[in-house]
Amino acid sequence: MVITDETIDYVGILAKLELSDEEKEQAKKDMSNMLDYVGKLDELDTDDVEAMSHAFPISNVFREDVVTNGDDRDNMLANAPEERNGCYDVPKTFD
Amino acid sequence: MDLMSLTAVELGQKIKNKEVTVKEAVEESLRRIDALEKDINSFVTVDKEGALKQAEEVQKKIDSGELTGPLAGVPVAIKDNMCTKGLLTTCSSKILGNFVPTYTATAVEKLKEAGAVIIGKTNMDEFAMGSTSETSYYGATKNPWDLNRVPGGSSGGSAAAVSSEEVPYALGSDTGGSIRQPASFCGVTGIKPTYGRVSRYGLIAYGSSLDQIGPIAKDVRDCATILEIICQHDDKDSTSYSEAASDFTSALVDDVKGMKIGIPSDYFAEGIDPEVKEAVLAAAKVLEEKGAVVEEFSLGMVDYAIPAYYIIASAEASSNLERFDGVKYGYRTADYTDLHNMYKKTRSEGFGAEVKRRIMLGSFVLSSGYYDAYYVKALKTKALIKKAFDDAFARYDVILGPVAPTTALKCGESLSDPIKMYLGDIYTVSVNLAGLPGISLPCGYDKNGLPIGLQLLGQTFDEKSILRAAYAYEQSRSYKRSPIAERGL
Amino acid sequence: MEKTYETVIGLEVHVELATKTKIFCGCSTEFGGEPNTHTCPVCTGMPGSLPVLNKAVLEKAVAVGLATNCNITRNGKFDRKNYFYPDNPQNYQISQLYFPICRDGKVEIEVEGEKKFVRIHEIHMEEDAGKLVHDSFTDTSLVDYNRSGVPLIEIVSEPDMRSAEEVIAYLDKLRLIIQYLGASDCKLNEGSMRADVNLSIREKGSEEFGTRTEMKNLNSFKAIARAIENERERQIDIIESGEKVIQETRRWDDEKGYSYAMRSKEDAQDYRYFPDPDLVPIIVTDEFLDEIKSRQPELRDEKRIRYKEEYSIPEYDIDIITNSKKMADIFEETIALGAEPKKVSNWLMVETMRLMKEHDKDADDISFSAKNLAKLIDMVDKKVINGSVAKEVFEKVFTDDIEPEKYVEENGLKTVNDEGALTKTIEEIVAANPKSVEDYKSGKEKAIGFLVGQTMKAMKGKADPGEVNRILKEILAK
Ligand SMILES: [Mg+2]
Ligand SMILES: [Zn+2]
Repeated sequence: MVITDETIDYVGILAKLELSDEEKEQAKKDMSNMLDYVGKLDELDTDDVEAMSHAFPISNVFREDVVTNGDDRDNMLANAPEERNGCYDVPKTFD
Repeated sequence: MDLMSLTAVELGQKIKNKEVTVKEAVEESLRRIDALEKDINSFVTVDKEGALKQAEEVQKKIDSGELTGPLAGVPVAIKDNMCTKGLLTTCSSKILGNFVPTYTATAVEKLKEAGAVIIGKTNMDEFAMGSTSETSYYGATKNPWDLNRVPGGSSGGSAAAVSSEEVPYALGSDTGGSIRQPASFCGVTGIKPTYGRVSRYGLIAYGSSLDQIGPIAKDVRDCATILEIICQHDDKDSTSYSEAASDFTSALVDDVKGMKIGIPSDYFAEGIDPEVKEAVLAAAKVLEEKGAVVEEFSLGMVDYAIPAYYIIASAEASSNLERFDGVKYGYRTADYTDLHNMYKKTRSEGFGAEVKRRIMLGSFVLSSGYYDAYYVKALKTKALIKKAFDDAFARYDVILGPVAPTTALKCGESLSDPIKMYLGDIYTVSVNLAGLPGISLPCGYDKNGLPIGLQLLGQTFDEKSILRAAYAYEQSRSYKRSPIAERGL
Repeated sequence: MEKTYETVIGLEVHVELATKTKIFCGCSTEFGGEPNTHTCPVCTGMPGSLPVLNKAVLEKAVAVGLATNCNITRNGKFDRKNYFYPDNPQNYQISQLYFPICRDGKVEIEVEGEKKFVRIHEIHMEEDAGKLVHDSFTDTSLVDYNRSGVPLIEIVSEPDMRSAEEVIAYLDKLRLIIQYLGASDCKLNEGSMRADVNLSIREKGSEEFGTRTEMKNLNSFKAIARAIENERERQIDIIESGEKVIQETRRWDDEKGYSYAMRSKEDAQDYRYFPDPDLVPIIVTDEFLDEIKSRQPELRDEKRIRYKEEYSIPEYDIDIITNSKKMADIFEETIALGAEPKKVSNWLMVETMRLMKEHDKDADDISFSAKNLAKLIDMVDKKVINGSVAKEVFEKVFTDDIEPEKYVEENGLKTVNDEGALTKTIEEIVAANPKSVEDYKSGKEKAIGFLVGQTMKAMKGKADPGEVNRILKEILAK
């Protein structure tokens, strides 16, 4: 499969990655090779196969509706790159 | 005495018998790390102060009789993708270069409860994406058998730390072979438990449906002992399984009479190094001589495992790694114009090339118009692979094969060709797709003196069969130390 | 000839479920609180943290599904919806796309006497996002994750509505059902119920749908009605000028009275949904379903029928009382305490409504207890106080939920039942007002009203007007 500049740019938007021109060329090549390679799966007839998310049957795992967490804000915020007034500080999100 | 040459269980016994103090064990570990790190680089973080403090506390609990377990007081190294409260956890990435978790991974917590002393955090491929431990932002880890070679990956730091006798044992994680392959390359033993056996809470996710924590140690007994501690149900992980037996050490008997062992002929087709093939088949012979019924069979689906694995793992990774965005923790780029520019620059500067490659691939296969063709197709392939194993386990107790097609590669050799690197995982990834347990243990050495790994696979939740077979095989040979360990300081 | 257009509307309604804890972690859902104090590694997207589903969320979602005639999905799953935004700590929202918990429901609405069904396409469970506040000092945004992970259900209708009135009737119907179930308080203005409007237009008579837009940020019924009208006009203008409506998400600005597109080249609107591998399938068993069914409370439509049969109060009263779960609860509880249904209904319909208006309160904001209303009615019945005193006392009950007995006692409001004293007062009034007495005797029956009033005044309002009337008539007849 040929990967175009548009595709790489589009995937860059989805993945929030900004590639240099050089990286972009490499990415086009890598992705194209990889998609050709994984295209091998087309050999398999999977029409009657159900997609499998978990390899063993497990279901209905629940929590009871009971408060178990206290306030650990200061410790958690200690990891924030920018913090202000007990909040995570980010570039403005609307004008 | 060469304390770090002991197995974890032996060291634990000496501590229990008061022949050795916890402090002595910890100091010996730190001393070796100090001396070897410049060559091996198996650690991202060594917590000298914390370890000495833990040593004191653990010693008190041992003396008071509060701690009686087999590994109380024994030092351990933890792969740097498991969160440790108050201790830097980087995933060997720049993007988590300053991340200090406020919580500890459940598996690590279980070890601590059993009296383990955490020495530090081991190096790995960035976000566990790689098979060589060369993609770490903190420099490559080297193989203790040959410093010009890779230790395997992604748990290369954990395997190298055990093999070089910096620590008696370590925790690794295995998404596509990341415990078994470095164990094989470094001549030590490692287990990837059945998916759901060990809680993933606090393990920084790569491929959530594939990731599993497991031990790396010198022998099978150590691995079984560690497993008994870390395999416990956890309410914090929805995929944690609670119902299977976990008295693993009871399986350590030198008796495989009547055990049915299948050897997939597909694992010995093209691409496998003849020396690896020979050593693995010789190991099968040993088990046969001990009374196992060994038979070749065709497993099938082998060629489809890697494509399915890379689609599923990359897709899940692309989503799992979205949270690294410069908002809540970790790295944020210095200059940015707006929100989206901040995201893009932070992530582009914070992630390495292999991580970006997989995020791009994963985002693509999930994107509009491609989801069914790639992701759903891969999940269906996974079902077929699981079925192939189910059919095999209807006939055999254990499947025996190589861990990797070759012994440890030279540094830098595989990074240039990603697909070639991915093909090195051909015998390991299908186990993750099918959620099965697998053990890797040394079964010989090639002409360069590099260790060769034997892999034994079991049915879901049947770790005991592979432990029994591995233990029986292990009795036929003695542990060989890596040259660096042998050399002394 | 001028074309006529039909508006086609579908709704996506988000409802915050009334659980104690968040959908995937043990953090409190309590409103308010200092920023980020109700957070943990799970709801702030810390690496390595994992979600575990709150059982109460599933129970409430299924209850709403049953009450809106949906099929309950027996094998449900959660999916990840991937998009980057700082209010979304993982940069994916855990939601349901492929196997939502409920499907194919319907509710009946009534607009100007016309009844129709609005079909529900699906109801899915998902997590709420955090809150962003702009800091004008630094010109940055501040993120508070206290709301992050609060459980939501999203109710997606079919495009079955044709007017703002139908939309509002539908929303009101949902609100009542969900409030009656106790699944949410459904307050539009506080954000516990939020509606996004999907709207397209087509020529009347056409079977095909036009291109739709999605309108967000609608915080009141008024805003919804205005936004619908505005968007309808906007789309008609576009089409009449020969252009095409673009499928997009728009944000309504109620102050300015217009909407704008929320497009950006950084938002690809490609959410890359896939099953969340951290969560396991939800198998809804017959037993689980039976249990939820057995716990379903009486809903409004059932209540209306029963009230009519059991209490024989006017249909109009029934409509008003059952229009709020809160009001219906007070009504039934007060009756259960022994009050006569008709009297309870009167207190709710007249005095309560009046005071609600005066205090600018919704029925859902009523805070007095059935116990105190029952006591008040009982005191009137037993003639401990008279009607006008009762109204005065009720005002206190309404605002402060005071205990009527204690209040009456402390303020000396009891009716004077001493017949001798009353007769004496009336005799004095009669003596002092010969003109009125004469008017009465000459046939002007109304004149007695003045004498009653004077007597009540003299008694400081604490007489029983019935008694006053009786004694007055006796004296005047002499
Ligand atoms: Mg939604
Ligand atoms: Zn939380």
